[in-house]
Amino acid sequence: MTGLETRACFTDPDAAYRAIIEAHRGLTESQSADLNAALVLILANKLVDVAVLGEALVLARGTIKGLRDPHA
Amino acid sequence: MKPAEPFVRFAYQRHADQARAKPASHPVVIIGAGPVGLTLAIDLKLRGIECVLLDDQDRIGEGSRAICFAKRTLEIWDRFGCAAPMLDKGVRWNVGKVFQGEDLLYQFDLLAEPGHKMPAFINLQQYYAEKFLVDRAQALGVDLRWLNRVIGLQSGVQSTRITIETPDGSYSLDARFVIACDGARSPMRSMLGLEFMGEQFEDQFLIADVRMTADFPVERWFWFDPPFHGGQSCLLHKQPDDVWRIDLQLSPDTDTEHERQPEVVRPRIARMLGHGEFELEWISVYRFQCRRLERFVHGAVIFAGDAAHQVSPFGARGANSGVQDADNLGWKLAAALRGNAGLIESYDQERSQAADENILNSTRATHFIAPRHKAEARFRNAALALARQTEFGKRFVNSGRLSTPTNYADSPLSTKDAAPWSAGPPPGAPIPDAPLGNGYLSEKLGDGFALLHWRASAATAEALRVVDVSDKDEALIARFGLTPGAGYLIRPDRHVAARFQNLRPAALAVALNKAYAA
Repeated sequence: MTGLETRACFTDPDAAYRAIIEAHRGLTESQSADLNAALVLILANKLVDVAVLGEALVLARGTIKGLRDPHA
Repeated sequence: MKPAEPFVRFAYQRHADQARAKPASHPVVIIGAGPVGLTLAIDLKLRGIECVLLDDQDRIGEGSRAICFAKRTLEIWDRFGCAAPMLDKGVRWNVGKVFQGEDLLYQFDLLAEPGHKMPAFINLQQYYAEKFLVDRAQALGVDLRWLNRVIGLQSGVQSTRITIETPDGSYSLDARFVIACDGARSPMRSMLGLEFMGEQFEDQFLIADVRMTADFPVERWFWFDPPFHGGQSCLLHKQPDDVWRIDLQLSPDTDTEHERQPEVVRPRIARMLGHGEFELEWISVYRFQCRRLERFVHGAVIFAGDAAHQVSPFGARGANSGVQDADNLGWKLAAALRGNAGLIESYDQERSQAADENILNSTRATHFIAPRHKAEARFRNAALALARQTEFGKRFVNSGRLSTPTNYADSPLSTKDAAPWSAGPPPGAPIPDAPLGNGYLSEKLGDGFALLHWRASAATAEALRVVDVSDKDEALIARFGLTPGAGYLIRPDRHVAARFQNLRPAALAVALNKAYAA
């Protein structure tokens, strides 16, 4: 297992970021949340290893203020 | 705030052209003596081309305006002999810090590699830059006419007639080429009825110059959600003379007139600095725009700088890209006046590509700094949160991507590589500087085409300046990926026209013909 990749992998991170933002343009908040959920499942599948997905979840939960993470 | 005084005032002088019965004829008339018009006028003068530079004002210095001048701009001005006073006066900086709230998210260092004559950036009020450019233009004898406002333009077959208003009444001039460097609100653009297309951003930004003695380090500081300016962003940057530039983001619904009042600005800045020991030098409220003309070349009228394209200030891509416009245009205009007009179209093509790149980058930064909708704000905040812990998160954070010269990858003037290169600037790319002998490459290329080569026979019929690289110039050899027998054909604006691993006169002549006779 190689663990979660946290180095920058995109040669043009701004273009990748912008592509995600543009996908949300014109959506309602609820549609936006649905889009994110679908995107998370698609990208999670790309991780292959459920342990790596676990690392990503811990990292993501760590960014939420006021959250006491039982996994951390 | 004390009333704004002009930094320098110039005297209007009546010119002999104004008394002529028949309009005087000039090869080039440049409209607008800002950084772009002055750069172009100096370039043309050094190429032996007489031009007239008109400006509707007689003064420099209402506000600092552009303050960050990039290495490429300084290299261009160094070639024209006016970078030294800029460097003496300017503030050099290398470190940028990005904060969220009170926490440092990350910092970057611009000093990536040694061996460049010019620093990565200097901060200098635009009025100083213009003053030093005017000094140089006047020393060279550029025909600079203050309080000359263009009020009419009429295209003819051989030339364009422009009508100019002065304190002594109006007169006319005929010009082969008219170059509009008359700024973001370009009257020339209106006169030609040209549309300026693009995006206007909703958020407003308050820009203030503050004079104070402070012990902040000489660094670029950018805050997302600073504690002193709830929910908005802020930029702090040092200029010479103890002047600090402060950009504060305002809400889209802010009352501009109210916000620009000194009694409203002062407490905001006092909250930021933690004290009130400062003088307000200049206040301006902007709604940023990213717009461009569809074409920069309209027959004999050519647009450059903000008159042709406008960007938001994040990334210092305004004045710097305008100076590169001038650098791209100067040698092509000179060629056109010698009967080779085919290069002018490549100005439109290459600088359009640059404008698109600059607009793309400054638009992305502006949207990151001022998200347009809730989902965008959520992603922005997630990126900021991840930046505290991960490298990829930092790379998503965008407080402005700093100006670099454009790689003209698809330029019609470039010759494609015949074989792959492991390193070095490809055809169309700007060349890096490097130590050469006991000086720098950037000092040795002259103002025409040049051939840079290492252990190659430079025997060529072409009128080229030949620059020899010796085995000792290791940094240059590495930076250009040179192997013995290799060479670069370098354009007058210091972009690569072609490169050869085995330099041969015949291939060189073909490449030169493509780059010059296009």
